[in-house]
Amino acid sequence: MMRKKTSSASSVDRIWNVFFCGTGGQGVLTAAEICAVAAMNAGYHVKKSEVHGMAQRGGSVESHVRFGPRIFSPLIQPGTADFIVCFHEGEGNRQATYLRNGGTTFVPFLKDPAFMPQDRHFLNTAFLGVLSALAPIPGESWLAALSQQLKRSLAENQAAFAQGRKAGFAYAGRTGGR
Amino acid sequence: MENKRISSVQELLSGDEAVARGAWEAGLRVACAYPGTPSTEILETLAGFKDVDAQWSVNEKVAFEVALGSAIAGGRSLYASKHVGLNVAMDPLMTASYTGVNAGFVAVVCDDPGLASSQNEQDTRWVGPYAKLPLLEPASPAEAYLFIKEAFAISERFDTPVLFRMTTRVAHSKENVAVGARQDIALRPFEVNIPKYVMVPRNAYQKHSVIEKRLLALAAFSENTPLNKIEKGSAKLGFITSGIPYQYLKETYPDASFLKLGFTYPYCDKKIARFAHLVRELVVVEELDPIIQEHVRSLGIKARAKHPTFGIGELLPEHMEQIYKGAKKKELPSSARKPVLCPGCPHRFVFSVLKRNKAIVAGDIGCYTLAATPPLSTLHTCLCMGSSITIHEGFRRIMPNGKIVGVLGDSTFVHSGITGLINAVYNRMKGLIIILDNSTTAMTGGQNNPATGRTIRNEPTKQLSIEAVCTACGADNVDVVDPKNLSQLDALVKQRLAADALSVIIARRPCKLVDRNRLPMPDYDRVKCKTCGLCFNLDCPALVKTEDGHVDINAALCAGCYLCVDTCPADALKRPA
Repeated sequence: MMRKKTSSASSVDRIWNVFFCGTGGQGVLTAAEICAVAAMNAGYHVKKSEVHGMAQRGGSVESHVRFGPRIFSPLIQPGTADFIVCFHEGEGNRQATYLRNGGTTFVPFLKDPAFMPQDRHFLNTAFLGVLSALAPIPGESWLAALSQQLKRSLAENQAAFAQGRKAGFAYAGRTGGR
Repeated sequence: MENKRISSVQELLSGDEAVARGAWEAGLRVACAYPGTPSTEILETLAGFKDVDAQWSVNEKVAFEVALGSAIAGGRSLYASKHVGLNVAMDPLMTASYTGVNAGFVAVVCDDPGLASSQNEQDTRWVGPYAKLPLLEPASPAEAYLFIKEAFAISERFDTPVLFRMTTRVAHSKENVAVGARQDIALRPFEVNIPKYVMVPRNAYQKHSVIEKRLLALAAFSENTPLNKIEKGSAKLGFITSGIPYQYLKETYPDASFLKLGFTYPYCDKKIARFAHLVRELVVVEELDPIIQEHVRSLGIKARAKHPTFGIGELLPEHMEQIYKGAKKKELPSSARKPVLCPGCPHRFVFSVLKRNKAIVAGDIGCYTLAATPPLSTLHTCLCMGSSITIHEGFRRIMPNGKIVGVLGDSTFVHSGITGLINAVYNRMKGLIIILDNSTTAMTGGQNNPATGRTIRNEPTKQLSIEAVCTACGADNVDVVDPKNLSQLDALVKQRLAADALSVIIARRPCKLVDRNRLPMPDYDRVKCKTCGLCFNLDCPALVKTEDGHVDINAALCAGCYLCVDTCPADALKRPA
């Protein structure tokens, strides 16, 4: 659960890997898209991989987001994810092999009321709020991405994001993260 | 620090969206496709550009011909499909190679290594040599955007259709792409030229030598184009590669030398030989079939390549070291949750009736193919678009009294089911076809089709009446039913299976992704429940089996379709009061 402290100079120099997972209908792809747009807004080169079609019919859904100075592969390799942002405990555990040493999995957050929005429909934006407190993307890039990507219930999503962001900063303070 | 970041105005585009954007900028006039994962978003994106005449065509053969016709008439045009879609369009494609084009014409084909949503894993790169056409292969969305513009220029310069091959990982990954403005490309005049455009034997014989010369000219182009690029690195190790494996290799072996093929066919033989001389160890890495590998070896160049086990399935970044070592692929069992029919899906009603009647079901391509997975297990063949009706006929010719049912969707019926129905009528076949009419093309994300009465831009058009088509084809009985009326459907299926007639039942109810209305979930009486498990056989994601075999209804998922209520023999599941 502990994250190494990263200075802002080295954090824009390296590649960041965010692994999103859950099941069909949980907003996995929307969350990954917002994260990718936020990283692009922040000036990074971004690659994102996703699944469409048959895999979405209630089955496992995953999306990889990678950002940094230059990205080649759109896929994250096992053992290299900085974050596993999961909306389903089983899927989060199943994908745990993707996490790097010292990376952060969101599995414990699924059981912690401090991280959970009142309305579970906004779990994906709440967890993006948590992520925003831990990943090197400025807050304004996230907020711009939210309003660019969400057509419905923007105010509710922004509120869930803000709550998650607060919980994320509290968590980072406890664990020595950013 | 800041200079490491990208400063120009960017859009985050998928490979599909980048192709659409690049084609639009290249002055595209007409674009045609039939939806198919992972190519669907190309036309969906193009439909958003007002100055492109975009359409969902009835099938891929039709799409190819319409787009080619527009190119011959003088406007740049584009065809898009998935790999198996190109099979449907092979007839026009093979001879379009002979006619050539007038304005640029590009056929974008998306392969699906790893079968994320397909019935086979064919490698479209073989079509280049087979059809004697140039083939471009981008390795990222940003390349797709640049390459598609090149593709139109190549098409016009060499008077040829151009194959543009992507894979799921290129089509469905996203990247920042620096976009530009639309070029003003004038229409080219159409000039009557019967020897060029009328492929009768005498003309085609002449054209055959023309296209052989064209291949030589394209091979010379292949040597010089920057689409085939040597990246000098270490002299110790060099890779020849194309498409997405390039990205994985760059990350795994950043110091190696690369010959990255973007204009894969015709091959750049001299460049390949020059590259082979640059490095001490040469390795070919490509996804799916060993096409480049075999060609490089045919030139007498020694190169290592992947173990044949890596020719099956998608390549992943973590495979690169094993491939370099020549190791066999280790197949890991997947623990991924399987896809299922959505809660409340109208198809589930039909399959529950067919299961009850112990029918042999000749299936087709669509969401309903999911009925093959246990515990539903009520779909017994699936081959290609439209094959349900024809496989049904083949079965009945061997098992004339069998309970054989052909099942297909509305869009699939229009795509290529109609010809099979006419064939059955013409050849005096009896039997039962069920058309699952959910009023959309659901599996690919809900596209319009002729039976929805709406165009790709959701504009109203003449709506095709499936029942009128079936009657006109000569079916003896054509019934339209609501599958939710389970007892009526069951009685009708029994009656039609017993009849000496060719019957069509149209089970009409909108897709649950279109009609999102939900009803309250059923009441469950734990005491009455005999834990017989019949409800779980419906494979509804909303019904969760508890450890003692009872039912736990997932309120978030339940759509209130009450199929479980109608299935429960113990009255334990009931409509809410």
